[in-house]
Amino acid sequence: MIRITGLSHQFGRREVIHGIDLEIRNGEIFTLIGPSGSGKTTLLRLINLLDRPTKGSITFDGMLTDGHENERRSIRRSMAMVFQKPAVLNTSVEQNVSFGLEFRRVPRDQIQMRVASALEMVGLSNFSRRKAVTLSGGEMQRVAIARALVLNPEVLLLDEPTANLDPLSTEIIEDLIVKINRDKKTTVIIATHDMSQGQRLANRMGVMMSGQLVQVGNLIEIFYHPVNRAIAVFVGIDPIRESVVESNDNNLATIAVRDVRIQAVTNISPGQQVTLCIRPEEVTLSLPDTCPTTSSARNCLPGTITHLLPYGPFTRVKVDCGVSITALITRQSSDDLHLSPGKQVMATIKATAVHVIPDR
Amino acid sequence: MLEIIDGIIQAFQLIVSLDPELLQVTELSLFISLSATIISTLIAIPFGGLIHFREFRGKRVLITIIQTLYSVPTVIIGLVVYLLISRSGPFGVLELLFSPVGMIIGQTVLILPIMTGLTISALSGVDRNIRETLVSLGATEFQNITQIILEARFAILGGIILGFGRAISEVGVAMMIGGNIRGETRVLTTSIALETGMGNFGLSIALGIILLLIALVVVLIMNFITSGALTESDRVRGGPQA
Repeated sequence: MIRITGLSHQFGRREVIHGIDLEIRNGEIFTLIGPSGSGKTTLLRLINLLDRPTKGSITFDGMLTDGHENERRSIRRSMAMVFQKPAVLNTSVEQNVSFGLEFRRVPRDQIQMRVASALEMVGLSNFSRRKAVTLSGGEMQRVAIARALVLNPEVLLLDEPTANLDPLSTEIIEDLIVKINRDKKTTVIIATHDMSQGQRLANRMGVMMSGQLVQVGNLIEIFYHPVNRAIAVFVGIDPIRESVVESNDNNLATIAVRDVRIQAVTNISPGQQVTLCIRPEEVTLSLPDTCPTTSSARNCLPGTITHLLPYGPFTRVKVDCGVSITALITRQSSDDLHLSPGKQVMATIKATAVHVIPDR
Repeated sequence: MLEIIDGIIQAFQLIVSLDPELLQVTELSLFISLSATIISTLIAIPFGGLIHFREFRGKRVLITIIQTLYSVPTVIIGLVVYLLISRSGPFGVLELLFSPVGMIIGQTVLILPIMTGLTISALSGVDRNIRETLVSLGATEFQNITQIILEARFAILGGIILGFGRAISEVGVAMMIGGNIRGETRVLTTSIALETGMGNFGLSIALGIILLLIALVVVLIMNFITSGALTESDRVRGGPQA
C-alpha cells in the first residue's frame, strides 16, 4: 500500500532520517518504536506529505507523491494524522472536529452526524460545545483523535497518541485503534517510545535508531532476536559482550564469556566474536544446588545477587555469575526466595533462550 | 482656576443640551475616522496576511519599515498627502484638499502601517502547529489562511481598535488636509485646538470629554466581543510535555 524507498531527510545540514526502505501493508497496524529523537516523527510527517524528503520516494498504491501540491493534497486527504502535541483551534470542540470535513466540502447535515459519532467514540460527547482551548492535555489529545477518525481515513498516522493520557484513557484509545483497524480495515501507523504499547497493538514493528530503520519484524523477532546491541538494550535486554564461540556441535554452541561457558542454539562457527542476548523473563532463579536436570540443554550458572530493582509488579535481579545476568521475576517469587543482595542463587537459562549476535 | 471650573460647567451644559454644533463635529469625526479604519482594515488584513504567509527577500526589512512607520508624526503624513492632492500635485485634479474624503485618505495612510504590523504579529502569534494541523487535515492554502486569520481574530481586532484610536485622536492630518473649515471639515481634535486658542475653554473641555467617551465606548465594545476570548491564565495548551 505504502512503499518507502531510500528515504532521507535533512533539516538544514543535519540528516534526521537516512536511507529508509519500508513497505506498509494494506490494513495492518505498524508500530515504529525507538528512543525519542530517532526520527519517528519525521518519518510520519513525510508519509503524511507534510514535508518533502531530501532523497528517496514514497508511493501510495503505486502513485508517486513528488508532484504538485494539489496532487499531494488529494493523496493527503485519504490520510489523517494525530500529532504528538495536539493543536486545537480557539473555537468549540465540535468545530475543531469538523474542520477536515469542511475542507472536503462534506454537506452540513452529514458533518453534524459524523462529528457527533466521532466525539462519542472518544468519550467527549458532553464536551461538544466546550471551548477546545480550555481542555486538559489528555482531552485535547482525544479531540485530535476524533478529528482524525471523523475523516474515515484509509491510513491513520498516530504520533505518540497516548503520551499525554492516563492509563484508563490510554486503554480506551488503544481499543479504539484496534476496533477501527478491524472494522474499517484502516491501515494504522503508530510511532511510540512505549514498547509495551507497540507490543499490544502492532502486527509488525519497525525499530528506529538515530535516523535509521534498523529492524523490521514481528514482535518475537524484535523482542527475542534483536539484530544489534542497541536494539537489544532498547527492548530491555542487558547484552553480554566479549563472548567467543568456542565450539559448535550441530547448532548447539558453547560460548565462552571470560571464565563462564554458556550454551546456545546458533549456527555461528567457532572463533567468532559474539554478543549474547538473554531476555530477563527467560532467566529462572532458584536456590543453590537445586538445578533441575532435564533433557533439553540448559545453562545452570551459580552466582551472587548484586542488586534488586523494583519494576512494577516485577523485580529485576542482577546476578554476578562471573558474567552479569539479569533476571525478571515476580515480586512474589522474589519474596518467597528471600532474595537480597549478596545471596547465592542459581540462574537457569534454556539454550534456546540465548540469542547470539555476531560482532562485526 | 475659575476658568477651569466655568469651563467644566459649560461643557456639561453643552453636552446635556445636545448642542447642534457639538453633535455635527462629533458625527463628522466619527464618520471620517471610522471610514479610514474600515478602508485600512480591508487593506491591512490581506496585506499583512500576504507578508506573513509568503517568504520573500527583504521580508524582515519590510516589517522593520512598517514598524518604524507606527510612530510616524501625523504632520509628516499630512505634508505628504497635502503634496499629493493639492492643486499642483499629481492627484490635484480630484480636488480632494480640504474635503472629508481627503481627510479619510490621510488617516488611512496614517494608520495603515500600525494595522498591517499588528495583523502580522497577530498571525505570527498563532501556534505553528495549528498551521500544520490544518494542512494535515487537508486544507487548501486558501482554507488554511482563512482559518489562521480567524484564529487570530481577537488580536487583529485589537489592532483595528488601536488604528481607530490613532485616527480619531490625531490633529496633524485633520488640520493640514481638512483645513478645519467650520461645518465641513472641522473635527473634534481640530475644534479643540481652535477653541482653546480662542479662549472658549468650555467648548474645548466638552469636546475633550466626548473624545474620551468615544474611547470608552470602543473599549467596552472590544471587551464585549472578546469576552469569548480567554485570558492567558485560562489557557491550557498541550498539557504535559512528553
